[in-house]
Amino acid sequence: MNKLLKISAVSLLAFGAYGVQADTLSDVQDKGSVSCGVSKGLAGFSAANSAGVWTGVDVDVCRAVAAATLGDASAVKFVPLTAKERFTALQSGEIDMLSRNTTWTITRDASLGLNFAGVNYYDGQGFMVKSSLGIGSAMDLGGAAVCIQAGTTTELNLADWGKANGINYTSVVSDTNAQTLSNYDAGRCDVLTTDASGLYSMRAASKDPSEHVVLPEIISKEPLGPVVRQGDDKWFNIVRWSLNAMITAEEVGVTSATADVVSNNPERERLMGRSGNTHEYVGLSSDWTYNIIKQVGNYSESFERNIGLNTPIGIARGVNALWTQGGILYSPPFR
Amino acid sequence: MKQLKSIISILNNNELRGYLFQAIALAAIVLMAYIAIDNMFINIEARSIHTGFSFLNNRAGFDINEFLIDYSPESTNLRVFYVGLLNTIVIAIVGIFFATIIGLLIGIARLSNNYLISKLAGGYIELFRNIPILLQILFWYNLSLIIFPHPRKSFEFFDAIFINKRGFYVPKPIAEDGFLFVVVALIIAIIGVIAMIKHFKKKHEKTGIYTSTFLYSTLLIIGLPTITYFIMGSPLHLDYPALKGFNFKGGMVFSPEFTALAFALSVYTATYIAEAIRSGIEAVDKGQKEAAAAIGLTPVQSLKLVVLPQALRVAIPPTINQYLNLTKNSSLATAIGYPELMSAFGGTVLNQVGQAVEILGMTMLVYLVISLIISLTLNIVNKKMSIKGR
Repeated sequence: MNKLLKISAVSLLAFGAYGVQADTLSDVQDKGSVSCGVSKGLAGFSAANSAGVWTGVDVDVCRAVAAATLGDASAVKFVPLTAKERFTALQSGEIDMLSRNTTWTITRDASLGLNFAGVNYYDGQGFMVKSSLGIGSAMDLGGAAVCIQAGTTTELNLADWGKANGINYTSVVSDTNAQTLSNYDAGRCDVLTTDASGLYSMRAASKDPSEHVVLPEIISKEPLGPVVRQGDDKWFNIVRWSLNAMITAEEVGVTSATADVVSNNPERERLMGRSGNTHEYVGLSSDWTYNIIKQVGNYSESFERNIGLNTPIGIARGVNALWTQGGILYSPPFR
Repeated sequence: MKQLKSIISILNNNELRGYLFQAIALAAIVLMAYIAIDNMFINIEARSIHTGFSFLNNRAGFDINEFLIDYSPESTNLRVFYVGLLNTIVIAIVGIFFATIIGLLIGIARLSNNYLISKLAGGYIELFRNIPILLQILFWYNLSLIIFPHPRKSFEFFDAIFINKRGFYVPKPIAEDGFLFVVVALIIAIIGVIAMIKHFKKKHEKTGIYTSTFLYSTLLIIGLPTITYFIMGSPLHLDYPALKGFNFKGGMVFSPEFTALAFALSVYTATYIAEAIRSGIEAVDKGQKEAAAAIGLTPVQSLKLVVLPQALRVAIPPTINQYLNLTKNSSLATAIGYPELMSAFGGTVLNQVGQAVEILGMTMLVYLVISLIISLTLNIVNKKMSIKGR
């Protein structure tokens, strides 16, 4: 499957029409849907629920873009991808955007022909062990077998961290999140390492979450965000500002419930497209931001609905709170 | 008018027309390849994807848990390529070795006169041949993780062999000074055996007196190195695995990924080899055996001199084809994370570097070369085995 996708991606590069990158917006409007690359199932970020509906904070970014461009947040075609498949799928034009807990790094941004459109979750790599091991710190992990997913920044961070701290370990690599988790559950390894958000998500999905401990050490910066192909600035702007609209909406205090309420806050009115003409600059209709907020909600709504403290995943806002509330979430102004 | 006629007559010429159409077909293929490659470069350029092979000298930065040559995250991507290639070759050799043994046994069992044995062999073939190989690999891998115990509760044998979820741990032989003599002794013994067999064969042809060399050969091959070993004062010691902290340290370890992959590939490919062997033996006419018996050959001689040479001629080509398949199927290891070429280089490096065309191109080239080498071997063997014209 995996190989098939890669081969087809290479052949797409070879036989794909000249200049497919030209205008993703028109392509999307012609198709009537946004093809969005997501994970193969990471609860709270992108996972299909029992009714087959995709939910999660990453999924909400896809939906926001669909709402902005097509006026319908449900007009998304979700393409589940493994970590190894994701960039090839985007490069080859199989998907229009990637929103799959993907870390923004200079190598990926500058050498893969891709652009990161922002950060929708500030993460960091952590470790999870079984409580029965009685370990309280990652520094005690010398000699452990570590389960890890292939083709991720996690793999690189772990090697760096092991070297810097003189900790030897054996890595056990798997292709998918599911296999990594099942290896950890089966005891193939002692430790599971990935982004902390992923650890919380996996712990929540396990049979008995109290059996697992997430260790306090965070060993890397993992800014996760949506990715688009380089060379289509119009589409890049749309994705970037769809995400920014959700963040700004939280800042100015507008939710899906209050999207219709006209206020006397000028920035809020500009954001909702009821004054100014910023919509012309991004090339969309004036209700594009209204559709995002009305149908998907603001950043806080998306966060609390999918991964917040009242969900099984139970992540506190932490650094992902707005800059006005002690976090680092910051959108440039709608002006 | 005359010219036109001559052109028409050329077009009507069967041979020329044949060449013409072949030339057109060839030109079409070349054109298509050209358009494809050109288009690829245009698309890569347009998307400003980094190209070239400079990534091979960059630091890999990630860990690989099984390697035959020195490897650390400080090594280059090119090193990953070699590590992966060696792992592919290892899994191919181990797989081919076991697949051949199992295949041979099952193939012969299938022809047994014993009802139970032949039906069991038949059942084995039907079962394993008809389940997709990827499924079998995942099945054995996940099964091994379920049935084997945690390192602290390992299955133990003689305090030397340990089996748990993290792998099979066996003592690692470490050669000391003087072990070279044992190896030399073994080589001398093998040369001696070959010379002896040649000698007795000549004698057999000259005088008709047959001498069995089996006993002498075994004695020589086992005896000479053993004697040398003790004369040199046992120049070999074993490094035993021992539980330290989380896991076993020391000794030799076969990881569950390696074991499951080797097992699945052997068991699966063996079914095809068994069928090849059976078809080979069945292809030899019954009359041949009867004729051999009629001229006074013993059953062993009849098998060795009459049946096998003809059976192998039929069985070897499809068997080598299966070796080829096994080697290619080893790339399915990517599903369980055994770091062979496709997984370590075509997978992890590809994702860290992102240059699909270069990396997949290199990977494909390797499989192509391995396959071509195996099929070249097949052709040579086939030529040797084919019926010599008289």
